Amino acid sequence: MSIALIVFLPLLGALLAPLAIRYGRNACAATAGAASLAAFALLMSHLPGVYAGEVVRQEAAWIPQLGLSFAFFVDGLGFFFATLILGIGLLIIVYARYYLARQDPMGRFYAYLLLFQSAMLGIALSDNALIFLVFWEMTSLSSFLLIGYWRHLPEGRQGARMALAVTGGGGLALIAGMLLLGEAAGTYAISEIIQRGEIIQASPLYVPALLLILVGAFTKSAQFPFHFWLPHAMAAPTPVSAYLHSATMVKAGVFLLARFWPALAGTDIWFLIVTPVGLVTMVIGAFIAIFKHDLKALLAYSTVSNLGMMTMLLGFGTPLGVVIAMFQVLNHATFKAALFMSAGIVDHEAGTRDIRKLGGLIRLMPIASVLALIAAASMAGLPLLNGFLSKEMMLEAAVHTEIAGIPYLVPTLATLGALFSVAYSLRLAWFGYLGPTRESYPHHPHDPPAGMWGPVALLVGLVVAIGLVPPIAGPVLARTSMAVLQTDTLPYYSLAIWHGVTPALFMSITAIVVGATMVALYRSLSTAHAALPHPEAKAMFDRTIAAIVALARGVTGRTQTGSLQLYAGIIVAAIVAVGLVAFLQGGHAPGAREMLPVNTPAIVAWAVLIAVSGVVVFAHVSRLITLVLTSVVGLIVSVAFLQFSAPDLALTQISVEVVTTILLLLALNLLPRRSEPERSAAARWGSGAIAVVAGLGVAYLAYAVMTRDVSSISEYHVALSKPGGGGTNIVNVILVDFRGFDTFGEIIVLGIAALAIFAMLDSALRGASARRLAEMLPSRRSGDAHPMPLVVATRVILPLAITVGVFIFLRGHNQPGGGFIAGLVVAIALIMQYIASGYDWAAARARYNPHAMIGAGVLIAGATGLGSFFFGAPFLTSSYDYFHIPLVGEVELATAIAFDLGVFLTVVGVVLLALFQISRVEHKADRTPVPAGPYEPPYDRQAAPRVVEPARDKEA
Amino acid sequence: MELLLASGIGVLTAAGIYLVCRAQTFPVIIGLAFLTYAVNVFLFAMGRLAIDAPPIYDAAVKTYTDPLPQALVLTAIVISFGMTALIVVLALRGFLESGDDGVQANEGGESEGGRTS
Repeated sequence: MSIALIVFLPLLGALLAPLAIRYGRNACAATAGAASLAAFALLMSHLPGVYAGEVVRQEAAWIPQLGLSFAFFVDGLGFFFATLILGIGLLIIVYARYYLARQDPMGRFYAYLLLFQSAMLGIALSDNALIFLVFWEMTSLSSFLLIGYWRHLPEGRQGARMALAVTGGGGLALIAGMLLLGEAAGTYAISEIIQRGEIIQASPLYVPALLLILVGAFTKSAQFPFHFWLPHAMAAPTPVSAYLHSATMVKAGVFLLARFWPALAGTDIWFLIVTPVGLVTMVIGAFIAIFKHDLKALLAYSTVSNLGMMTMLLGFGTPLGVVIAMFQVLNHATFKAALFMSAGIVDHEAGTRDIRKLGGLIRLMPIASVLALIAAASMAGLPLLNGFLSKEMMLEAAVHTEIAGIPYLVPTLATLGALFSVAYSLRLAWFGYLGPTRESYPHHPHDPPAGMWGPVALLVGLVVAIGLVPPIAGPVLARTSMAVLQTDTLPYYSLAIWHGVTPALFMSITAIVVGATMVALYRSLSTAHAALPHPEAKAMFDRTIAAIVALARGVTGRTQTGSLQLYAGIIVAAIVAVGLVAFLQGGHAPGAREMLPVNTPAIVAWAVLIAVSGVVVFAHVSRLITLVLTSVVGLIVSVAFLQFSAPDLALTQISVEVVTTILLLLALNLLPRRSEPERSAAARWGSGAIAVVAGLGVAYLAYAVMTRDVSSISEYHVALSKPGGGGTNIVNVILVDFRGFDTFGEIIVLGIAALAIFAMLDSALRGASARRLAEMLPSRRSGDAHPMPLVVATRVILPLAITVGVFIFLRGHNQPGGGFIAGLVVAIALIMQYIASGYDWAAARARYNPHAMIGAGVLIAGATGLGSFFFGAPFLTSSYDYFHIPLVGEVELATAIAFDLGVFLTVVGVVLLALFQISRVEHKADRTPVPAGPYEPPYDRQAAPRVVEPARDKEA
Repeated sequence: MELLLASGIGVLTAAGIYLVCRAQTFPVIIGLAFLTYAVNVFLFAMGRLAIDAPPIYDAAVKTYTDPLPQALVLTAIVISFGMTALIVVLALRGFLESGDDGVQANEGGESEGGRTS
């Protein structure tokens, strides 16, 4: 998986860089650089193959049924973008080392930056549309983190939120679009999708898929009308702006359009959406850039404009458009990253980025200024630099493009865009670097360390080299374009400085002359511009967000009244309504299954149940009576289980009944003893009516089902219980073997519930609830806290009860019993000690830790399940055998008993933890010492191991 | 017998729902307990009723009651203990924290919606 390694090496670096900061800033930067460099070297190992026209593909299946696999591939396009990402990334890593101030947390910076790098490489190299989406979202998230890197700056936080809202929202659209595209293409492999253009474009899903994907691409690449987030993202540290918001991330949208170009482009709808959007973005971005005073804002709008140009070129839908777009990607990445880094140098040295306060920098910091001027000239599209080449080719292509039947529209607007570019570039150059020297700089600017201008110089070197000797970019451009177009033949184009006297030449000359004039007349232009309306995108965005929040709050306020009574009523009423509709529509006659004969005990039990339920409903105000009567119901239920051949259920029900009653008694000790009678008769009668209807419905449903015949799947379980699971108690075998995974999940849920209880009550010993406890408890002390007979009886019973528990556990596989029931029995035996002898006494003697029991239980159950992997069987496969143990005889042991042990431990732990916690809250009131009996040796409290009670006990 | 069980389930359900719709914590907890009984017995009854046919395998025995609903209900009983305990503690903590045993959100107090601003 060497390609995947390219993607994941930076991720590794993201983990290591924050650790390396302990050894200093250089170590941190070096770690980040080493991760990038390793990935870069690995990428370069694919260079010969890619340039021989190979496509290397590597895949590891993940969920093949969903078309999801870890698939990566390198072709010309992926290689080109990955090279940009890693190459510029390395320069940025060096630059940032010198850019970041001493107080900036550098480890965090490099971690975010490498996280972004990894995500971006994932976009460039993944061969699965679903994995691609994951990386896409990762770039949005890491961009959010990087923009908000200076957390103390409000602009940073706001800009980060805005970028996340826009690109994240577009990402959601992209997910939907990608799923539709995969559906239309019949595959999620990107390398396959791009070869199925005809199938896709014939599919009815094509248009919705295209629209959604375009929203994703346009938001990411800041196309009009989603362009506004990019300038606000400039609150990020400048290395981030240079890397994410000019060279790489914003080009992800362009990459998306290029990658899926063969699948999506070439239709009318593609042309009619993508070209105008790109064109409008190019002109508007360039126009706004002219009048921006902040260097980075100017560059940001210039980036918007350039991205618009690339989008427009891809929108043409012609192979030549693709070639020029890719050339512009390369050229823009070089000169714009150089310019952003230069802006960072200016900020760093002059203490301001405001063009109105700058001037004459060329005399103060000559090296940095010359580099910036060359890059700016390239941005303006002046000859002998690479920006000139792609701009000329773009203008030439525009001449041959006609939109909506208007012949001169595209070339005119393209020239306008080029003209504005000249204007803002010259303004930057003239007012920033040339012009008169200012004396008002906060500190004296001079050339920065080579670590800062070095990366700029490298990029400017490329700018000049390509500008002077255009063919050196030839192979890269050809290979990349072939990969985009999925062909081996490219349209005719020539990489040359001089193309003869062409329309494009005149358009270029016009642009340069008029652009220069505009800069010369800048003052009057600026006054005129100030009179124009300035739609403020941020204000509009904020208003939209505020409106959405207000709407959501309104809906919530109206629907969420906070009345559980109302919610419960609505939920039940809705269920009853659905049930009624079904009842009235479907057949509901009872079946002809023969009923069991009624016997007298059953009638008595039934009558008691009805009577008790009635009393509870009408007398629920008195809580203690309610509780007692409820446990009567529980008893009847367990008797019913026993009667109808479910001994395991009867045992479980009766032990749970005991535990629940103790729990509720404990809680009732702290809660009010009586409920307030309800005043609203409407509420009582309303809920009463719903309850009666629901009760009738459920009763009838149960009756109708029970009188019909059934064919159950359990014959399988019955037949295989002994030969397959090694036990004769079929219910237990189902629990620990056939459906062991369910049981495993259930004990985890139990454990989580117990931990939640622990957490909820642990903090009850502080704050408001602690004060209320302190007020309340003295009044609730009982007369005889520890009656002697109870104390004696429980202590005598304890060993017996535990023996019974062990017995029930051991026989569970073959006779009624098992981990659940045994756990409850043992827990009850232990809890009895607390009830009889008090919390202090019992807790001091408890040599077990319920937390550890829950953890151990889940781990043992899980390990038993994993154990079956060693025998090549699926998770939780049970096996058993017979062993001969001296004195005991022939014994059958199943691995399931280890699983059941896990269940047992978890249940004991959960019950104990829940009840301990409640009694711990109460025990402050209850410090009456246990009567010392003749059997009671003096107990040394200090020497006793106190596992359950940590030191907090004393503070409470 | 089926009729007795079915009507028993119905009564438990009705009592449970009525109590769940009350305005204070303890009746709600008891109501949930009633509903739990009703649901467990209902689920159990889906395997049909049989007397003296426990699902304990024996070569000599030919008929067993359906073991699958029993296995499902067994875990359901234990899980519902966990749920009851959690709700009880929730109610307890709520009462200790606010001194109010009701299940309404406090009028005019901080509601969930208002806290986000």
